[in-house]
Amino acid sequence: MNSRKVYVDVEVTHRKDGSARPNTITFEDEGKFEIDRVLQICRAASTKVGGTGIRYTVLISGKQAYLFDEENGRWFVEAKNRGNGN
Amino acid sequence: MERAILHCDMNNFYASVECMLDPSLRECPVAVCGSVEERHGIVLAKNYKAKAYRVQTGDAVWQAKEKCPGLVVVPPHYEEYIKYSRLAREIYSRYTEQVEPYGMDECWLDVSGTEALFGTPEEIADRLRATIKFELGLTISVGVSFNKVFAKLGSDLKKPDAVTVIRKESFRDQIWKLPAEDLLGVGPATGRVFHRVGIHTIGDLAQTDPRYLRSWLGKNGELLWRFANGNDLSLVAKKDFIPPIKSVGHGITTVADLETPEQVWTVILELTQDIGHKLRSHGLSARGVAIHIRDNTLETRQWQTQLGIPTQASVILARSAFELFRKTYSWRRPIRSVTVQAISLIPQDMPWQASLFVDTEKLEKLERLERCVDDIRRRFGKNSIRQGILLRGAYMPPEKAEITMPAGMIH
Ligand SMILES: [Mg+2]
Repeated sequence: MNSRKVYVDVEVTHRKDGSARPNTITFEDEGKFEIDRVLQICRAASTKVGGTGIRYTVLISGKQAYLFDEENGRWFVEAKNRGNGN
Repeated sequence: MERAILHCDMNNFYASVECMLDPSLRECPVAVCGSVEERHGIVLAKNYKAKAYRVQTGDAVWQAKEKCPGLVVVPPHYEEYIKYSRLAREIYSRYTEQVEPYGMDECWLDVSGTEALFGTPEEIADRLRATIKFELGLTISVGVSFNKVFAKLGSDLKKPDAVTVIRKESFRDQIWKLPAEDLLGVGPATGRVFHRVGIHTIGDLAQTDPRYLRSWLGKNGELLWRFANGNDLSLVAKKDFIPPIKSVGHGITTVADLETPEQVWTVILELTQDIGHKLRSHGLSARGVAIHIRDNTLETRQWQTQLGIPTQASVILARSAFELFRKTYSWRRPIRSVTVQAISLIPQDMPWQASLFVDTEKLEKLERLERCVDDIRRRFGKNSIRQGILLRGAYMPPEKAEITMPAGMIH
């Protein structure tokens, strides 16, 4: 398996219309990352690491990534496995 | 107007949810088993890799592992199954508000008259299939037809992740050659009756004189004949969210009228044997019990009561049902049929608030005893061990014509 599920701290703006905009994620020991843009929001399953949720396609420092809201208060990302040449 | 009914069936539901949540399981044969740690567990569901080793639902864990040494056994996560069952229904309800759940993993949808909006029924089926896969990471098989019975049959024909259409113009060619048992409502007992009289396929059934069917199987015989001919007119019930398995019940029309409480007790005791077993195999406990009593004028009355403590024990269900009966039935007329239902079901391992005066130790002992009886029955046959009092029970019909039907299908 090339990916693993990593739960992250997220700073989110919950708007009064009920929508949400994640602003930053804190990823393990690598610190806090700004989310520059949210490109798409949909319900989706993570085929890479399992589980489902509301999937935010986000742009972080020019790179695209998926951020999943499990709707139980927890958010996760699909992280690459370390130490195997990635 | 011809109706457009879909039947959506989530494939290997429990096992698929486990594999979706933990992708490392996907490459392994997987079985979801009740009470693994006790070693008494049985297989509740399995994926295709385990199926290839002929692992079957109801196998004891040791049996399943014998068939498939690499089998990965996981405990059930009912909260997840309930969640994904609900999410699937939410997706179905984007197309119609007529969504009727049948068990935790199946639903009928009536999409009649939505063609201008959503496309043909087949297109809707295909979009549902793709959406469930994308959003939930699970697969469904969908049957599309002009009635509920054929839609259900269709969803069994091609799986996983597939759509089958059974059309009014071609259903005879498509399904009449299939075994009669494939038709909804034909259980093992009815199947045996059919084979005795030479009915082997759905086509055989469709072409039998309904008067004979009525004489062999009563009203249900005729109903099944109508099903086989595509004449199922039952509606897709519009239902709000209901818990996946709402109740486990068993009923019987006795061979002779019941006239004393003792006779009713033996019937109740007999009925609860299966109920306890079903609860255990689904990993559920009952918090209440209901009885339906029909007298010999065919008037039905029903009552229900809550139990002090959730249970799977047949004996406790029987005693509560009988006590309820004694308190409520006035014996104005003899009784023709009795149904007992375990209701208010919860997963067996759900924590509950024990009442101060309940002897939980005794209850646990009873449940252990009954699991042991289950075990003996599984190995040596259903009648290998029975309550002494049931040996006299002459009130049960010799063969139980078991028909399990969703709401609104028997009129
Ligand atoms: Mg299924």
